Amino acid sequence: MKRIPDRIRHLILLALTLLLLWWCAYDIDWTTFRYFSFGSFRATLARLLSPEWEAFYTGGPEDIFSLMLLTIAIGFFGTSVGTVLAIPFVLLSANNLWKNPVVPRLGKFILNVLRAFPELVYAIIFIKVVGPGPFAGVLAIGVHQIGMLGKLFTEEMERMDETAVEACKAVGANGVQTMFYARIPQLMPIYTSLALNHFEIAVRSASTLGLVGAGGIGATLIFAIQAARWNRVGIILLAVVVTVFLLDLLTGWIRKKLR
Amino acid sequence: MKIRDTVHFQWYKTLFVVVLLGLCLYTSIRATKADFGQLVTNIGQVNAFLTKLSHPDFNYLPRLVDPMVKTLKMSALGTVLGVLLAIPFAFLSTTVVTGNPVVTHVFRFFLNIIRTIPNLLLAALLVAIIGIGEATGVVTIAIFTFGVTSQLIFESIETIDYAPLEATAAVGANRLKTAVWAVWPQIASSVLSYTFYAFELNVRASAVLGYVGAGGIGVKLNEALGLFRYERVSVIILFIFVIVAVVDNVSESIRRRLK
Repeated sequence: MKRIPDRIRHLILLALTLLLLWWCAYDIDWTTFRYFSFGSFRATLARLLSPEWEAFYTGGPEDIFSLMLLTIAIGFFGTSVGTVLAIPFVLLSANNLWKNPVVPRLGKFILNVLRAFPELVYAIIFIKVVGPGPFAGVLAIGVHQIGMLGKLFTEEMERMDETAVEACKAVGANGVQTMFYARIPQLMPIYTSLALNHFEIAVRSASTLGLVGAGGIGATLIFAIQAARWNRVGIILLAVVVTVFLLDLLTGWIRKKLR
Repeated sequence: MKIRDTVHFQWYKTLFVVVLLGLCLYTSIRATKADFGQLVTNIGQVNAFLTKLSHPDFNYLPRLVDPMVKTLKMSALGTVLGVLLAIPFAFLSTTVVTGNPVVTHVFRFFLNIIRTIPNLLLAALLVAIIGIGEATGVVTIAIFTFGVTSQLIFESIETIDYAPLEATAAVGANRLKTAVWAVWPQIASSVLSYTFYAFELNVRASAVLGYVGAGGIGVKLNEALGLFRYERVSVIILFIFVIVAVVDNVSESIRRRLK
């Protein structure tokens, strides 16, 4: 068989891709753009960029500063709950802890199911259970993090170096002893690092869960957006961005030290 | 590892970390008004939800095909737009290409800020500024993709082989020509694989984007949640789960073939 020259093959691929994209773009409803006015967009942008600093700290419980702290608290507590509850699932679903292949498969299935639901859906469910408020957000983040961290923790457990485990077994250690003397010392830094990374992710999602009433800064943001108070939206977005940015730096620094 | 680094000799550091974590946890529990008792007393709600959820209404499935196709189209279009936008920005945020640390830092800072804005907040903001509809969804996905892929691309530019750069410089290429002829061929296949990765992320995120009215399958999810039709919620989530798994597998096999 004669090989088609690369150049022609690339052209054909490119043409196919463009055709596919055109097909995608063809029946999307673009009417929103027809009513889009550049003038009002510029006015909105200008007001977004001049944040309402007075709202940042007023001393009350509803100012941006304390709401941001609450958002961080939701993220922290949610990640703590998730990390602690992920451990039993890891013990259940790591292949190298079980001789029987059915148990790990079951554990992984549970983790997959937990991960399949978006946090927003959990938030809506938990609002029905514990009422609207920050605690619903904590539970939503916690349950979702069980799935996320459980999967990552399991992967690390399966990837770990088994020589230390063998050494422990060779001198007669039982399962619990190998766990404490060989596995945990090796996995602890990695798990801490993953949990810290997910703390940052949790704060980011905690700032959105307020959209459905699960506490944090999101509710204030959505009210400000709906009322078109763009100066206020500006300061809230600024607070979220700066907080996440600082947390990123902080957790990055700690994670580098852990290595 | 020296004997001085073992736990027994560093107990005061461990104690400090434990006390610090405990304080953070205590504060966040107080701040979020956590009440696990409520979780126990209202367990009936969870039960009702779970029983409905475990009986998915598969008759609803045919009506989900159209929104799902729409979601896939929106994701594909948004992903390609986002990546196309990300490529020049990623080039500008590496010193390899610009040769100017100031430009690099300015662009990198900008990309960092874009990345810290949570997906859902971005969608809510754009819906307020541009208006409700599928077009807004495409824009949101494009911006999100831009944030994710630009970082991945500039990180892969930083790890390229410098020999071709020298070769092009030796024959007198300017910076643009170097970027096109020495840098791009080295990263093209990774850019393609990041595109598929971003596409996966976007399909996953589409479940949530509809919540703020940005079109696609998320709108159906929002409807079902609003009407407490959890048997439909479960079908929608299952459907997204299956589609994400299919997209995952297809894109993984394409990515493997690219190598």
